[in-house]
Amino acid sequence: MKLTGAEILCETLEHLGVKEIFGYPGGAILPVYDALGKSKLHHVLVRHEQGATHMADGYARASGGVGVAMATSGPGATNMVTGIATAMLDSSPVVCITGQVGSKLLGSDAFQEIDITGITMPITKHNVVVSRAEDIARTVREAFLIANSGRPGPVLVDITKDAQQASAEFDWDKCAPKLPPKRRRANYDQPEFDRAVELLNSSKRPLILAGHGIMISGAMKAFAEFVHAGHFPVAMTLLGIGGFPANDPLNLGMMGMHGEAWVNHAIQEADLLIAVGMRFDDRVTGDLRTYAKSAKKIHIEIDRAEINKNVRVDAALVGDAREVLELLEPHMEKKERPDWHTRIAEMKGDSAVRDIQSLPDTGHLYAAHVINDLWKETNGDAIVVTDVGQHQMWEAQYYHHNKPRTLVTSGGLGTMGFALPAAIGAKFAKPEADVWVVVGDGGFQMTMAELATIVQEKIKINIAIINNGYLGMVRQWQEFFYDKRYVATPLVAPDFAALANSFGIRGERITTRADVVPTIRSAREYKESVLIDFRVEQEDSVYPMVPAGASLHEMIRRPNNPLVETSAEP
Amino acid sequence: MQTLVAYVENKPGVLNRVSSLARRLAINIDSLTVGPTENEEIARMTIVAHTDAKGAHRLEASLEKLVDVLLAENISDRSLLERDLALIKVSADQQSRPHLMDLLKVFRGRVVDVAPDSLIVEVSGTVDKIDGLLEVLRPYGVLEMARTGRIAMTRGGDLLQPPAETATEPQPAAKIS
Repeated sequence: MKLTGAEILCETLEHLGVKEIFGYPGGAILPVYDALGKSKLHHVLVRHEQGATHMADGYARASGGVGVAMATSGPGATNMVTGIATAMLDSSPVVCITGQVGSKLLGSDAFQEIDITGITMPITKHNVVVSRAEDIARTVREAFLIANSGRPGPVLVDITKDAQQASAEFDWDKCAPKLPPKRRRANYDQPEFDRAVELLNSSKRPLILAGHGIMISGAMKAFAEFVHAGHFPVAMTLLGIGGFPANDPLNLGMMGMHGEAWVNHAIQEADLLIAVGMRFDDRVTGDLRTYAKSAKKIHIEIDRAEINKNVRVDAALVGDAREVLELLEPHMEKKERPDWHTRIAEMKGDSAVRDIQSLPDTGHLYAAHVINDLWKETNGDAIVVTDVGQHQMWEAQYYHHNKPRTLVTSGGLGTMGFALPAAIGAKFAKPEADVWVVVGDGGFQMTMAELATIVQEKIKINIAIINNGYLGMVRQWQEFFYDKRYVATPLVAPDFAALANSFGIRGERITTRADVVPTIRSAREYKESVLIDFRVEQEDSVYPMVPAGASLHEMIRRPNNPLVETSAEP
Repeated sequence: MQTLVAYVENKPGVLNRVSSLARRLAINIDSLTVGPTENEEIARMTIVAHTDAKGAHRLEASLEKLVDVLLAENISDRSLLERDLALIKVSADQQSRPHLMDLLKVFRGRVVDVAPDSLIVEVSGTVDKIDGLLEVLRPYGVLEMARTGRIAMTRGGDLLQPPAETATEPQPAAKIS
């Protein structure tokens, strides 16, 4: 069947199971848009190409499939850079398709020509320029394969305009991916495996560090069986949340800079850490010189480049988390280790004092209250998409996720402006799910134009703005480390409820604790999207906090004196 | 100094990916040579890098993640044959020419071009040997030098061959769960 390159692209995407494309048209991608109009693919028109990449990313994270973003050449492509980097740092399978000027014009500084493959080389898993119609189908299939195999990541396919316009033969059966042959390395040898088993069974104070890799490999069941076989306590990374149910008694909660105090202490006291699909990021280790000094380490990780990168390990089991855990599980001896579990329970008891939930209710609104109420009202079943900052950490602390892929958050790159577009992508991935955006007043203002996308697509998303009038996390650092010199962190915002109204979205403003639950309930019942502006304490901080570069056990804890009671009213 | 060998796809942009990776890891490349192999679709690189064993491991493992890299291997600790080739243009007049010729014999260098007041010397061997020749030529006046950078090969039966043309079994395309 003879088709144009643009038609071949649409056919290929349909064959690959793609339903939605998040994109923005322009000159160099117009042939594709013309073909899109005749295809079964649904195109979601975004308001900024960064939004397209975050939507594709949110789609990928909520579904486990590949998200597709599309843009034209030049500024369309460069606007994608932040979203591509976000997907790269969090191993999210996104395929970006960009139009490019005609192949004869390449390198001539033609209108809207930019070397996007050069620009995105360090922030994609792979990228490629296609300048012949006959190469489009195979290249796109390869892009999908690369994006969602091994350690996933974004792939960019830059298609020249003449390749979109030229005709070529299209036969699905004759365009199978053909990637360069790779040497298959033996991931680990038997002695390495035996050493890991020996360490696991002889440990008196083991602790599992559960990362994003568990969900990526679909290892939730294998992981839970492994954990219960050895009766190991589990600490979660931010991106690992959801991979192991929060309501499992062995789940201690999040580790790291804003992790639970008892979790960080448990890491420092453990005699064995078992890292599964995580990469010892500086936000979870603190000072490497003092990190888990008394612990041996086992690293189960698919990416060989992560082994011994930050933390030297005693046994490295390179491979897919599910496969490795399934092999290990039969060798686990169930040890109760009562002393260790009692010790952790003691530390947990001490830490509960700082829990904002146990503070008296003064009628003032705290972000933690809002998020905890949201958790209760949604039975922990919502897909929560957060932005970056204080609210993100409070979400991780106070919304307890029992199911995988229900927390969508930018961890590695920490991209403000991620939440709203990513939630749109998540909603397309899971149309039946109750999708909540939890976002700060700063990050929301970065990408709030995507409200129009919500309206145009007639989708239902609930938006909770945790509005404290500051760039809160930066303000917190200024409070702790810069003697409260709040430079460039006080933030003027529009009346978000009125703003929502102007887009045709219902808007609410909440200032008291008593109104939180009824508003959440009515938002959930409402057929269309709702935006709720929660005016919370302006100078509240996230506790505990391990200052950057400090040891993991050196946490700033919530002071015992009453909370700062500033007015949240403008 | 660490020596790595990589087999890569012989196509545009691959060198950029490899060198860009070293840059990102803040590893200074001392020399990087690339040339075709007996299979014209595959090129072989020898990378000599200013880094330690840990840095070389990261470079090796990160290189192998690149789609266009078929194999990367740190061969620093193996028994190696290393070669560098240099062309050195040195001042030479009637008087100094015989002296130079004597020196070149010791280093097994060849004169490949003679002009009234200069010579071009070709020499190959280990880096140390070429550096040694350079030292003794310097007093005569080294006008220009071009070096290829190192190529390396493990000795004897220690083979480092590109993986055979058996692409990994194509998995079904990503489908939504």
